[in-house]
Amino acid sequence: MVDSTKSVAFVRTEDAPSLPPPSSAAGPVKWLRENLFATPANAILTVLSLIAIYLLLRDFLPWLLNGVWNSDSLAGCREVLQGATGGCFAVLTERWNQLLFGFTYPTDLYWRPTVAFALFFLAAAPVLFFDLPRKLLIFTALFPFIAYYLIWGGSIWTPILSLVGIIVGYIVYSRLVVSSFAAGFFGAILAAVIVWIVGGSFVPDGFAVEGSMRSVPSRDLGGFMLNMMLGVTCVSLSVPIGIALALGRQSSMPLIKFVCVIFIEFIRGVPLITLLFVASVMLAYFFPPEATVDLFLRVVIMITLFSAAYIAEVVRGGLAALPKGQYEAGDSLGLDYPQAMRLIILPQALKISIPGIVNIAVGLFKDTVLVSVISMFDLIGMIRGPIPASPDWNGVYWELFGFASVLFFICCYGISQYSQWLERRLATDHR
Amino acid sequence: MLINDTRYRSLTFQAIAAIALALIIFYLANNVATNLAKLGLNIDFSFLGAQAGYDINQTLIPYSSQSTNLSAAFVGILNTLLVAFLACITATIFGVLAGVLRLSNNWLVRKLMSFYVEIFRNIPVLIWILMIYGVMTISLSGPKAYLGAEPSKELFLGLFAFTNRGIYVPAPIWGPGSMVVVVTFILSVIAVIAYRRYATNLLYRTGKLLPTGLPTIAILLIPTIFMFFVMGQPIGLDLPDPLANRFNLRGGLQIGAPLIAIWFALSIYTGAFIAENVRAGIQAVSKGQTEAAAALGLRSARIMSLVVLPQALRVIIPPLISQYLNITKNSSLAILVGYADVTATLGGITLNQTGRAIECILLLMLFYLIISLTISSVINVYNNSIKLKER
Repeated sequence: MVDSTKSVAFVRTEDAPSLPPPSSAAGPVKWLRENLFATPANAILTVLSLIAIYLLLRDFLPWLLNGVWNSDSLAGCREVLQGATGGCFAVLTERWNQLLFGFTYPTDLYWRPTVAFALFFLAAAPVLFFDLPRKLLIFTALFPFIAYYLIWGGSIWTPILSLVGIIVGYIVYSRLVVSSFAAGFFGAILAAVIVWIVGGSFVPDGFAVEGSMRSVPSRDLGGFMLNMMLGVTCVSLSVPIGIALALGRQSSMPLIKFVCVIFIEFIRGVPLITLLFVASVMLAYFFPPEATVDLFLRVVIMITLFSAAYIAEVVRGGLAALPKGQYEAGDSLGLDYPQAMRLIILPQALKISIPGIVNIAVGLFKDTVLVSVISMFDLIGMIRGPIPASPDWNGVYWELFGFASVLFFICCYGISQYSQWLERRLATDHR
Repeated sequence: MLINDTRYRSLTFQAIAAIALALIIFYLANNVATNLAKLGLNIDFSFLGAQAGYDINQTLIPYSSQSTNLSAAFVGILNTLLVAFLACITATIFGVLAGVLRLSNNWLVRKLMSFYVEIFRNIPVLIWILMIYGVMTISLSGPKAYLGAEPSKELFLGLFAFTNRGIYVPAPIWGPGSMVVVVTFILSVIAVIAYRRYATNLLYRTGKLLPTGLPTIAILLIPTIFMFFVMGQPIGLDLPDPLANRFNLRGGLQIGAPLIAIWFALSIYTGAFIAENVRAGIQAVSKGQTEAAAALGLRSARIMSLVVLPQALRVIIPPLISQYLNITKNSSLAILVGYADVTATLGGITLNQTGRAIECILLLMLFYLIISLTISSVINVYNNSIKLKER
């Protein structure tokens, strides 16, 4: 019997399995073709890049991987290495404390700036991330006083008194601002000053010793801590000053506008280093003869003025970007100038300026290393001064600069990534 | 009350502000006067005419330690302008290259350029200056390696020597008749410009396309080379000579290590910022423009030069000029590597030797202020000139 199904030579009942695409059109080969060797010129670029990468890594990798992490001097490192290429990272394990805190900050008090640093993140969080509970802002307001007490020590009454003054000032402000902003603003300043003067005479001398921690003078601050402190203090102080300057520059009053323009253009026209020279050798002349203002404070003043001028320009850009209708809307609602600014203009203008302000903050944080030029021992000051000058580590160079670069890179890259996230987050217009 | 009357409110505020300002200025001036009187000092600029008494290793104008403080300041100013000028040119080259390559469709190049931009933008320029100076002075060998009849290192191409004291490059020697050659060259540059303009005009009027590539090179080079040989090769090269001296390289032009370090560091650091401006500028030109140009049948090089770049430049140039301003201001960091710019001479050695802090710093600020205001007025002029062409 003949099976009919077998009489037909061959009938295909299903599709043949599809073949994989040719290796040149899929997978890594395709990716390589499209991304690295699309055209001859492209291929040359790829080869050049590979050579560049190889040259970089050839010198850098052995130095990094072969590094010595345990030794007590450069001579010890060289002994371990026996002439091979390798970094002497032992200087970091040995002197990390000096790099971070400076060489005169008391060793047993390192926990204080460390705690302040940890609390800084808690204080900065509600400012940086809007989703967090608003109540945390209370801690942000308290943080400057806590940080001051932790880092400088001394009598606890100093920060408490200044805090009380500011709280009283705020209460006065919130009472008076209903009638007039100017009354509230100046009333608050007056109230705070009165509290400080009266309180200062009331706090008895005995109290000054009670509840006090060992005080550390400003000149003992140093290392990366100094950079962080200068960066954070100056940026936070300069934002309100910058906003005021930007508003002044937009003002219709010629005198106010003139003063603000002169100030901004002057500060932006000179390098920061000359302003630091002013802080170190010239600013003392401007204070009353009996006052001694320490170098840290003078530097903070100059850097704050410096970044305020730059922030003013960013905020001015934000103000200029707002449509005129917003100003007119404020006027037609019958708001006066401070109300219109606080309730309508500034919230929108600042939102536009935030990325710019963050850029200024990153630039300023990087610029804080310039204080090493006026012989303050910040991170770079330590790297150029005391550490290579000590007999154990005389001649160490790249390891220290590598460490500084890594620290700054982490901080600045982190902030700029945050800024980009924020920009996406704040983009409410649908483009 | 005056403050509640809209007619006088602005005047009242300004009067209050004027009084407050006058009080503050008076207070500060009074403090300065008291402090100066207490220290027995006065404001006096006569120290500028006094003998400086220190040497400067790299000067563009004749200077010796017998010269005045004023000429030391001028040496510094010229050095500042020199390094700023050089750094502006190289930073633009680095920046434009990196910015264009960041948009390349080559994955590796793109990543490499992002790496360059991120790493240089996020680390302080001070660290870069010191590290590059370290590379120069620690990693390069001393000039001794190049000395003697059988040196341990050969001159690069027989022309350049890289030492930890700086880079030695050939210096031109201007013999008699060299002026003729130089003038010929300048004339040929003018001729090239005229020719290209003529070619463009002809193209617009008649549609006839003249070749520009080869004629340009020919007009530029042939007359100059011809004159060079006619005049009997008047321009020679002074090469670094390994045999002239036993202790140091002689001959050629020595570019000091500090200048190289600050120049290179500023260029590569600012180049990263310029790269971002260039990238943003090119991306700011909408894709429709490229597509429209392609639809008109333009080649990709023409699309870039005729359509994309003119529009991108409008976005790129203002921030570019403010980067030049930043270079000029950052060149004040030259003091860290011992390059004698104006901050190092006037604001450094002169200040320390004479103790005239207020005067020196005021003059220093004045100099930088003049530079900045000049540059920002250039930005304003440019912004106004491109504004006219906009809708």
